[in-house]
Amino acid sequence: METKPPLYGLMAEFDNPTDLVEAARQTYDEGYRRINGYSPFPIEELAEAIGFHKTRLPLIVLLGGIFGGLAGYFMMYYMEVIDYPLNVGGRPFHSWPAFMPITFETTVLCAALAAVFGMLALNKLPQPYHPVFNAERFALATRDRFFLVIEARDPKFDHDKTLAFMWSLNPKEVVDVEV
Amino acid sequence: MAERTRVEQNLTYATPRESARYQQRALLVGALFLVLFIVGAFLPITIGGGIDQFFHSYLVGFMFWLGVAMGCLGLLMLQHLTGGAWGLVIRRVLEAGTRVLPLMFLLFLPLAIFGLPHLYEWMHRTEITEKALRAVLEAKKNYLNPTFFLIRAAVYFAIWFALMFFLNRWSADQDRTAERRYSKNMTALSGPGIILFVLTTTFASVDWVMSLDAEWFSTIYGLIYVAGWTLSAFSFVIAVMVWLATRPPLEGEVRAAHFHDLGKLLLAFVMLWAYFAFSQFLIIWSGNIPEEAEWYLNRLRGGWGWIGVAVVLLHFALPFVLLLSRDLKRNARRLATIALFILVMRFVDLYWLIVPEFNRGHFKFEWMSIVCPIAFGGLWIAFFFWQLRLRPLLPINDPYFDEAIEHGKHGGH
Repeated sequence: METKPPLYGLMAEFDNPTDLVEAARQTYDEGYRRINGYSPFPIEELAEAIGFHKTRLPLIVLLGGIFGGLAGYFMMYYMEVIDYPLNVGGRPFHSWPAFMPITFETTVLCAALAAVFGMLALNKLPQPYHPVFNAERFALATRDRFFLVIEARDPKFDHDKTLAFMWSLNPKEVVDVEV
Repeated sequence: MAERTRVEQNLTYATPRESARYQQRALLVGALFLVLFIVGAFLPITIGGGIDQFFHSYLVGFMFWLGVAMGCLGLLMLQHLTGGAWGLVIRRVLEAGTRVLPLMFLLFLPLAIFGLPHLYEWMHRTEITEKALRAVLEAKKNYLNPTFFLIRAAVYFAIWFALMFFLNRWSADQDRTAERRYSKNMTALSGPGIILFVLTTTFASVDWVMSLDAEWFSTIYGLIYVAGWTLSAFSFVIAVMVWLATRPPLEGEVRAAHFHDLGKLLLAFVMLWAYFAFSQFLIIWSGNIPEEAEWYLNRLRGGWGWIGVAVVLLHFALPFVLLLSRDLKRNARRLATIALFILVMRFVDLYWLIVPEFNRGHFKFEWMSIVCPIAFGGLWIAFFFWQLRLRPLLPINDPYFDEAIEHGKHGGH
């Protein structure tokens, strides 16, 4: 008995975005959760269809913003009140109105950086290897083909049943993807 | 099929029938409070009445509801310039809001004819003995005098009426004929129109409110009103849209994706208002010159400071934090609650801007200044619903109509 390499998942190929979105929607409705869609261009509806929206990114951005605001404020507090107090026209050292613009800037800066790096981290990028590229025709995902993958670690995944289900979605082809 | 206009397809999008009941109730409330307000003018000063008090409160109520109508005008032009599904779905509500301007003009007349001596110190230039103030008023008399004041007011209303008239008329013409050129006309007018809007709003707020203290001036003052009025109108429009979107005919047409966009813009306007309001504060605080700082001192001393703190926390901080949430923006009812809350805070902010001028250094609760906005609000809302019912709730023959509705079915990011 030959040993098959472990399976990453099943990949279905479509030749237009409408079919892909429709298939993704049905797959999600069927109860699959570890699914992903691949397309040469962004499709708003696809993210919605695979239930992509609940990510932790907003929380990361919020924390980044709060950190930036506090850090900016206390940076100025430290400089103006503790480290090097300067009397500017008799104003108090702790001149909070004057601190506000920079507090705002550091809030935005850190929130934006948190968004970029948080996004990369959640996407596990940069990632030199990904199993989907084992599928021969997947290179077309950057040209004119659309792909839907159901991962093997999905609790509902069962090779034969899932294969039959994916064929029912009207794909051009369904292939096994090895890890 | 493509050639058939939507009017022929019998897509009428009529306003829900309950609106007639709301209109009646609003009119009733408005009339009752108006009577109470007028009676207040003849009550003794000791219980918060009197003719001076009447006009102080009149100015508060007038500026508040003028802001909602004018904000609708500004937003209407803004959405003609930017395009987008959010603007198309609220366009008819905005148009109806601008058509309340004639009512605001009627309400301006008593102020213009009888109110000026009760409000503005520059009306009493010759009677003032305090030298410094007298000198300032003398220097500004070519601008701050009743004749020029009224001429300017007439110009503002003329410009507002012209913008309102053409934008509403072309929109109605497009409903009837489905011709694309009306869209182009409206966009072409909105460009210069929005510049005129900002200029006239600046001048009007300087004339009608800032000149209460003729010595004080701030160049960003008008922009605070531009942002504030837009925010008032946007809050009002969101509340109306939620009401409309939860019942036929807009049920299922205006959806979470649209409210998400409206919620994002509401957050943007909250921040814009805070940006202008804080900029003025920061500059005056940094400058620390007596004639500028006095204006804030009048609004911070004697209990007024608590209102100021409330404005910072409840007009900016709380809505800002809540509106960050994606789920809240996509939940129409919660969004409407926030919007109505912001509308109430818009009133508190206006109270804080105007009333301390008549009560420098000591907080005063004026019941007349509550009664007046309710009276004008009742009339305003009745007028608004009457106007809203005259046309379909969506601009059915706009070239981007289908796209805008489709956006609600899939959109979400």
